[in-house]
Amino acid sequence: MSDVTRLSVFKTYKLYVGGKFPRSESGRVYEVTDSKGSWLANAPLSSRKDARDAVVAARKAFGGWSGATAYNRGQVLYRVAEMLEGRKGQFVREVADAEGLSKSKAAVAVDAAIDRWVWYAGWTDKIGQVVGGANPVAGPFFNLSTPEPAGVVTVLAPQESSFLGLVSVIAPVIATGNTAVVVASEKSPLPALSLGEVLATSDLPGGVVNVLSGRTAEIAAPLAAHQDVNGIDLTGADEALAKELEIAAADNLKRVLRAERTDWSADPGTSRLTAFLETKTVWHPTGSLGASGSAY
Amino acid sequence: MASVFEYAPAPESRAIVDIAPSYGLFIDGEFTEAADGKVFKTVSPSTEEVLAEVARAGAADVDRAVKAARKAFEKWSALPGAERAKYLFRIARIIQERSRELAVLETLDNGKPIRETRDADLPLVAAHFFYYAGWADKLDHAGFGRRTTEGGGGAGPRPLGVAGQVIPWNFPLLMLAWKIAPALATGNTVVLKPAETTPLSALFFADICRQAGLPKGVVNILTGYGDAGAALVEHPDVNKVAFTGSTAVGKAIARSVAGTDKKVTLELGGKGANIVFDDAPIDQAVEGIVTGIFFNQGQVCCAGSRLLVQESVQDELLDSLKLRLATLRVGDPLDKNTDLGAINSAEQLARITALADAGEAEGAERWSPACELPSSGYWFAPTLFTNVTQAHTIARDEIFGPVLSVLTFRTPEEAVAKANNTQYGLSAGIWTEKGSRILAVAGKLRAGVVWANTFNKFDPTSPFGGYKESGYGREGGRHGLEAYLDV
Repeated sequence: MSDVTRLSVFKTYKLYVGGKFPRSESGRVYEVTDSKGSWLANAPLSSRKDARDAVVAARKAFGGWSGATAYNRGQVLYRVAEMLEGRKGQFVREVADAEGLSKSKAAVAVDAAIDRWVWYAGWTDKIGQVVGGANPVAGPFFNLSTPEPAGVVTVLAPQESSFLGLVSVIAPVIATGNTAVVVASEKSPLPALSLGEVLATSDLPGGVVNVLSGRTAEIAAPLAAHQDVNGIDLTGADEALAKELEIAAADNLKRVLRAERTDWSADPGTSRLTAFLETKTVWHPTGSLGASGSAY
Repeated sequence: MASVFEYAPAPESRAIVDIAPSYGLFIDGEFTEAADGKVFKTVSPSTEEVLAEVARAGAADVDRAVKAARKAFEKWSALPGAERAKYLFRIARIIQERSRELAVLETLDNGKPIRETRDADLPLVAAHFFYYAGWADKLDHAGFGRRTTEGGGGAGPRPLGVAGQVIPWNFPLLMLAWKIAPALATGNTVVLKPAETTPLSALFFADICRQAGLPKGVVNILTGYGDAGAALVEHPDVNKVAFTGSTAVGKAIARSVAGTDKKVTLELGGKGANIVFDDAPIDQAVEGIVTGIFFNQGQVCCAGSRLLVQESVQDELLDSLKLRLATLRVGDPLDKNTDLGAINSAEQLARITALADAGEAEGAERWSPACELPSSGYWFAPTLFTNVTQAHTIARDEIFGPVLSVLTFRTPEEAVAKANNTQYGLSAGIWTEKGSRILAVAGKLRAGVVWANTFNKFDPTSPFGGYKESGYGREGGRHGLEAYLDV
């Protein structure tokens, strides 16, 4: 009998881009520690090039994802919740380490995150009826407004809430048919990188969500300035960075969702769903059958 | 052609409008001079006649107006919605009563045909106020949900505060209505700057506010130039910025509000594609193309300035179009027969001229009907360019004039790709008899407004606004409320 205890297998945390798990093209990593400063893992330190690659992947995925039926998107989002439920233990551990929470408090956060996927899964085929509709124009025209996704959205995940906050900013963006380039919490990127593994096994087409880890300011700058990005959620940016990014985003008039103090455990409402929606209004003549008074 | 379509002049009388020799800024319910005493002249673009001298607002005046609006906000926002509604209904009715006077005024100051100000601008202005009046006491039912971020407390939608609004010269009073009506209905107060070439209808609107008994400071009008607009947008006590105008200025505004809490809506440029398929009824399509690019001399952000015609019907369509263009009457905007009036300013005329020249220089083929232009004023003949490629400047840049660039396509996929190949995304048109094709193409077009078998239709209930660099936010309809509410 040997008294050697089994050595655990460490995970190599990798990015999630275009449905694949690459390392940073730069070959760089940075040390991720728990709330007490003990080493947890080395995470990829993404470069500008990684950010640009992620935009390419997100753009490539946009046509298919935005063109999928809302019902289909809802089922995929629900599938994410199913997959998470089965890996709850892992996320509770990671969230507890990342945020310095007790196991039970971390479990509350993870449960809420799973439930949030379910909430947004149900929204995919309802938001169009809530924010769109027929407009009673004063003339013989059929006039219909429908929401459409803005396109590729950069999401700066909240820095503190490494998983519930993360899920709360990603799910509404993709529920409506956008594709996302997500910059994980700088200090606590591991739950986000693990989420990539869940998304990859949830029928979510590759490229719909792309997850980058590293220095938020370094990755966000090229994304805010990128001409093929249509929107940016500044939640994870501090005040100075947010201003700088909003200025850069003006260059192609990205839709900007400014950072707001948010209680991630509260009812999220619909504002994050509508932040990256366009409204398209289509007119068509109706003709005027019966206008002459005949009873056709 | 002249012999077939000769019409006797039918001028609308300008006696109905009484333009004073000079006007002040409208601040806190009073007309007042600019702090530094500066003035500028506004001219009639069809004759270059000076219509009036108008105060030129500076930063000090902006500050004064914002203070007045801030002071008025407390009471105005606390009014029951039903009372705010009645003020707006009053305004709508007074506009209807004075619509002929305002139509003539607008035609004089802007240069657009009386047929348009009388039949399009003014009816839409009144309708817009009437529509938003009805929203003022129904905001809790507008479907914006509960406020859930910290401090929201689940309350109903609240106004933002003082709205700084900057509007263009192409539809002066209509753009004013699009800005002011939803702002007031939602309980905000307003400082509005009309364009420097078309200040008069906004000043007449100030008088309408007085007739309606609107409380002082709820609406403030600052006539002036871009410096006043910039000062207004940048004023720290402005909570909401609404701008309609060029994409370049829109981007500057987006930069200047970065890092603030100001809510912003931008309605900017466009390069709308008007797509004609081979099964389209050609005569109807021709009318739609003409409306699309020659309405308001093409000085329309949602103009159908790129005609995409299916190759197989190109010749037939262009022949019909040219015949139709030869019947357009260009001249005195006050003449009720006039189809195309004057270009709004010498500056705009120079821009249109330069872009049209670039079209020729880059190899596109230019055509205009024989048409005699008046000797004074700012005029540009309706112009058609064929052999245009996607790389040509006239296929990419917004010309904002009566200039149509014609491109061709073979398949619906190619039409969509070409239509979307632009930095803009405001409007598009589709002409085909096939319903499924309309819906398929409309679904793929990245544009905020799609007109199928029609073009350039507007209604207060119908949200308007762009994708991509045509700006963000929507004006009109329930959607238009959101820009003025803390939701």
